[in-house]
Amino acid sequence: MPILETKELSYVYGQGTPFEKTAVDSVSIAIDEGEFVGVIGHTGSGKSTLVQHLNGLIKPTSGAVLLDGRDIWAEPKKIRSVRFEVGLCFQYPEYQLFAETVYKDIAFGPQNMGLSEDEVNSRVKSAAQFVSLKPELLEKSPFDLSGGEKRRAAIAGVLAMEPKVLILDEPTAGLDPKGRDVILGQIREYQKERGSTVLLVSHSMEDVARVSSKVLVMNESKCAMYGTVDEVFTRSSELAGMGLNIPQVTRIFLGLKARGYDVNTCVYTARQGRDEILRLLSKARGGAAT
Amino acid sequence: MIRDITFGQFFPAKSPIHALDPRTKLVLVVAYIVMVFIGNNFFCLGLAAAFLILVTALSRVPVKMILRSIRPIWFVIAFTAILNIFYIQGEVLLFEWGFIHIYDRGVFTALFMAVRIILVVMGSSLLTYTTSPTDLTDGLERLLSPLKIFKLPVHEFALMMTIALRFIPTLIEETDKIMSAQKARGADLESGGLLRRVKALVPILIPLFVSSFRRAFDLATAMECRCYHGGEGRTRMKKLQMHAGDYWAFGVTILVFGGIIAASILLPKVY
Ligand SMILES: Nc1ncnc2c1ncn2[C@@H]1O[C@H](COP(=O)(O)OP(=O)(O)O)[C@@H](O)[C@H]1O
Ligand SMILES: [Mg+2]
Repeated sequence: MPILETKELSYVYGQGTPFEKTAVDSVSIAIDEGEFVGVIGHTGSGKSTLVQHLNGLIKPTSGAVLLDGRDIWAEPKKIRSVRFEVGLCFQYPEYQLFAETVYKDIAFGPQNMGLSEDEVNSRVKSAAQFVSLKPELLEKSPFDLSGGEKRRAAIAGVLAMEPKVLILDEPTAGLDPKGRDVILGQIREYQKERGSTVLLVSHSMEDVARVSSKVLVMNESKCAMYGTVDEVFTRSSELAGMGLNIPQVTRIFLGLKARGYDVNTCVYTARQGRDEILRLLSKARGGAAT
Repeated sequence: MIRDITFGQFFPAKSPIHALDPRTKLVLVVAYIVMVFIGNNFFCLGLAAAFLILVTALSRVPVKMILRSIRPIWFVIAFTAILNIFYIQGEVLLFEWGFIHIYDRGVFTALFMAVRIILVVMGSSLLTYTTSPTDLTDGLERLLSPLKIFKLPVHEFALMMTIALRFIPTLIEETDKIMSAQKARGADLESGGLLRRVKALVPILIPLFVSSFRRAFDLATAMECRCYHGGEGRTRMKKLQMHAGDYWAFGVTILVFGGIIAASILLPKVY
């Protein structure tokens, strides 16, 4: 059974006003436990609206969200407990920091869960470690941190709740390439170690290709594609039509394939590209020798 | 959700009313409010209502949106009407039960007051629906500029108003986002006693203050970068100018105004 499922999920902003806008249009997806799903789409395609349904921040206009097979809105009074199981880290999460110290800010989620002081303490420490925040920073005010540190502290605030499903909405938006790599690596690391389910919203195909096992493509409020990275990226021309560009290396290999070279086109990073070229070259050399 | 509050929103459209000079609209709205309050019988209100319907039709703002503007003050309207029904005495007793006496004049007055408030609110909402906040403050600044000789900071006042109006939707959006983000971390905003609820606001208010200050500093820097140094000697790219439409608007309003004065003198009063 999938851990998280949506059934014909639709959401309309400003229903009954002249500014009506369907942001999510009958999306049905199923996410299995332990999967790393990349959610991509153009700005305004409904990614953020979709993920806010998954932890019950938005109530669907129609359709349902199932967590472990149960409708999360079956008992609206218990919606808070859903938020502890499905952790959502918003876009630009550093704007939600509020406590006097980084420690207290990270502890906000676990404390709301009603955990014991010891448990909170150990969770804060391990969450901070995951995002490599130095222990001495924990006693500082969150407003004194650098931009990248703030971002990581805010992500730690969600990690500390140890949700079964972790959703991150554009966690790398506005960071420099290095900061982006660091955060993606840490999320990947977290997922591997905990075996939890992760949804990563991004509009960068490179980011998504690097870390995800499956990809959900949103286009104009609809779920345009949902499948493994390889399945989705081979439909590059369709993706280009949605204003999405597959990674540059992948494009090179698709081009090589089109020109008759026998290459594997499931190449998403420069490193994989190098290995594939080397394989091709050694094969060509081996062929010439015989 | 918080953002469902409509706040005298601007409804962009191309219409003769939108094209009017904001000064014209401001003056005429005041005139309209005065005429609704001068009118003391149903004929006057009928005339004012006809005027409102004409302007609404010209403005292309959906009637639904205009009706929505009275939603927040339903309570006030109902309250005034009920007070009038019970307190005003007249000749013909319509209903009597214990200490409750309802007279015909009470009912008429209640109805009259309710219609009057509705007309005023709908009329002024039409001003904000058809005038963008910047135009509105521009118009206000120009109308109030004679007060500068009394050393009143008219320009600063108008600028403050523009900025405030500009940032209301931004702040509402921001509050919404921060509330969602804290709810995602399990913040409980809906239950508990008064003290707990006030405490629960801290994680929302602090980020909101921080970001408001950040915005204010950013705005100040941006204004300084564009050499803003107060209203002294500042020229405008878009000068306010009266057109033929404005003179028509004044003409029609004066006619209606005259009609209402005549009717309220010649016809019997309601109260
Ligand atoms: N709070 C809101 N009120 C009204 N419309 C909204 C709101 N949030 C988003 N939208 C609209 O819904 C659509 C989808 O937005 P969003 O889910 O934020 O897209 P994405 O995250 O993919 O950029 C956009 O067209 C946006 O303008
Ligand atoms: Mg988004």
